[in-house]
Amino acid sequence: MPKRLAYSLPDEVLEHVFSFIQSDKDRNVVSAVCKSWYEIERWCRRKIFVGNCYAVSPKMVIRRFPQVESIELKGKPHFADFNLVPDGWGGYVLPWITEMAGAYPWLEEIRLKRMVVMDESLELIAKSFKDFKVLVLASCEGFSTDGLAAIAASCKNLRELDLRESEVDDSSVHWLSHFPETYTSMVSLNISCLGSDEVSFSALERLVSRCPNLRSLKLNRAVPLDKTANILRLAPQLVEFGTCTYSAELRSDVFSNLAGAFSNCKELRSLCGFWDVVPDYFPAIYSVCSRLTSLNLSYATIQSPDLIKLVSHCPSLQRLLVLDYIEDSGLEALASNCKDLQELRVFPSDPFDAEPNASLTEQGLVAVSLGCPKLQAVLYFCRRMSNAALVTIAQNSPNLTRFRLCIIEPNTADYLTGEPFDVGFGAIVVHCKDLIRLSLSGLLTDCVFEYIGKYAKKLEMLSVAFAGDSDLGLHHVLSGCESLRKLEIRDCPFGDKALLTNAAKLETMRSLWMSSCSVSFGACKLLSQKMPRLNVEVIDERGPPDSRPENCTVDKLYMYRSVAGPRFDMPPFVWTKDEDLALRLSP
Amino acid sequence: MEVGVKMGMKGGGDEVGGKEKEKMGYEETELRLGLPGDGEVVRKRDFSHTVDLKLNLISTSPTDDKDKNIVPSHLDPAKPPPAKAQVVGWPPVRSFRKNMLATQKSSGSEDSGEKAAFVKVSMDGAPYLRKVDLRMYKTYQQLSDALAKMFSSFTIGNCGSQGLLKDFMNESKLMDLLNGSDYVPTYEDKDGDWMLVGDVPWEMFIESCKRLRIMKGTEAIGLAPRAMEKCKNRS
Repeated sequence: MPKRLAYSLPDEVLEHVFSFIQSDKDRNVVSAVCKSWYEIERWCRRKIFVGNCYAVSPKMVIRRFPQVESIELKGKPHFADFNLVPDGWGGYVLPWITEMAGAYPWLEEIRLKRMVVMDESLELIAKSFKDFKVLVLASCEGFSTDGLAAIAASCKNLRELDLRESEVDDSSVHWLSHFPETYTSMVSLNISCLGSDEVSFSALERLVSRCPNLRSLKLNRAVPLDKTANILRLAPQLVEFGTCTYSAELRSDVFSNLAGAFSNCKELRSLCGFWDVVPDYFPAIYSVCSRLTSLNLSYATIQSPDLIKLVSHCPSLQRLLVLDYIEDSGLEALASNCKDLQELRVFPSDPFDAEPNASLTEQGLVAVSLGCPKLQAVLYFCRRMSNAALVTIAQNSPNLTRFRLCIIEPNTADYLTGEPFDVGFGAIVVHCKDLIRLSLSGLLTDCVFEYIGKYAKKLEMLSVAFAGDSDLGLHHVLSGCESLRKLEIRDCPFGDKALLTNAAKLETMRSLWMSSCSVSFGACKLLSQKMPRLNVEVIDERGPPDSRPENCTVDKLYMYRSVAGPRFDMPPFVWTKDEDLALRLSP
Repeated sequence: MEVGVKMGMKGGGDEVGGKEKEKMGYEETELRLGLPGDGEVVRKRDFSHTVDLKLNLISTSPTDDKDKNIVPSHLDPAKPPPAKAQVVGWPPVRSFRKNMLATQKSSGSEDSGEKAAFVKVSMDGAPYLRKVDLRMYKTYQQLSDALAKMFSSFTIGNCGSQGLLKDFMNESKLMDLLNGSDYVPTYEDKDGDWMLVGDVPWEMFIESCKRLRIMKGTEAIGLAPRAMEKCKNRS
């Protein structure tokens, strides 16, 4: 009876039902029900997410989904953020833009992360998509203000331009002035990564004044303080604002102008920027503090007392990013003031100094876990930790979904007992049943991986460094973590056995990164041969790996599942199984 | 999700297991850092040993047994603690953030020791640019080794016996160099002038170097007069 009902529904009705299904996972499940649902679904899917741009080719995507309006692509592996992926590795977006230019003339949104975007790509976007609305370039590189000028000049309906943490080359073009006077559609603009030469302040002011729908504006560092007030007065409707440079000393006229401007911003909920901020200016934002839900002070080099004062004005805070200058005392204040806190990130002010320069220990995090029942996401850099603290945190924050702890000195043991942190992280995975992301640090044996494999059943991403004793550690993770999608490992004694034993698992994951481990070239070759839908890339700057014995370990290994086959845009220091490439490698 | 294909344990296992023994010996051939007096031992946990010179290579011992017999160098009274060097990519702080904080510190504080100094490195004939943080190195030799490694696939056979960097103190050696086809590192300084790497003391170099370019000796000949002058001034 149900089967007949399904077939008796006209396509339009099914399509309408499907339109309520937004998540990719659900859409994928829907398309697997039967052939007709697959057909209907593929014609009405409008949003595509490709977590690894090399997992599938643009042509394949276009063939299956002919009417796409929004695409999100990710390129380099996560460890590229820490300079572990050499320049030139790949992640070029141009082939995608080229194909989509022809196939998706009505494409509206492009979101890219860790990809190489050249001006040519931006120019192609500008001229190919008539109704282009959203461009997000997160941690991208390869483009200059020339490319931005092309976007500004041609995209009449652009709503969002977000360059978060990208590297932009300055070509000395005043790109902001390329937005025509008739352009008024900006809703979200993030230019915080740009240098001082790349933004003309007067062009910015004119742009802001003619865009009444502007909700989010993140300025770059070079905008002077007195100009900040002007901008705010032009856009009192802002919900999210990224401030700029604060001047060296307090000037009362600038202060009162700023305070007045902020007090007009009744919708403001999120603040960031605060580079070079002088704490005397903080009272200028007190009028908005009570409504703030998100505060990013992670570039503000101010000390604990001033941070405490500020934070105590923000009872609605849900998200706080801050430097370790906040210290344990500041986190205790946070714990008692901000009961709605969901996300905390504490960054190191001096990551390379062996000695701590701020009194931030495990106590701060324990205080937050005790005081903030809604805590879900933690990123915490510290120099000292204990298993007891980790157990307390785990017990107090069972709702954690993301827990990333970085004990700065590798192989640091529990400072109270001298033990490894197996038990502490074990408690985290036992108590936090919804944990989807975990980063480990400190002294760790194979035991912690046994706990992770046994209990972390929802874990999707695991980052490991300087941990473990043997292949058994890796084996526990690969054989136990059912939901694992991304695994990144550096400087661990994991080798061939665990990988080869769990080879099939590798195809169920998005990707695996291993650098400075003990995987041999022979094992890489074997995996390549046996697993045709796994791209095994050996990244080795010492020269072609087949110039060394097969039992030599590889420097870096990046493996990812792919239906697109091997890629052809690899630099010489990347080896894969394609025979022809061996010829390319010789100088 | 079941693990269907069992790769290792039976048939392939011997192949892998058999290699275990050999693996223990491979370290001898493995590129290692060996600080003077270090001997043959590579300690997996003692990461501070294993970083200094190489950009991306940290050698680790794959087996446990060695670990138990090792006295970590910081406890071994015979060895002075190695100079603390930066491990690449650790702690995992994004470059964006590192650069931001570094610029802030240098504008305010006395200690600019941790300021990152990333410069682009291009090599004639190479299809892509690289970037290096000059503050990762303490001497020209370290930089030279790192550059040689970075562009090794192109410079095999072209480096000459002394690596990329030659002794610029000697006029005739300099002329030989500039006439040959060996690669020569050059840099653009704060004033926009292109100079031969090695002409000023290291500290001064990292302050003034804006970008690096590795070019063929014959092309660097235009830089010769200035370099010659410097040679003359020194002697």
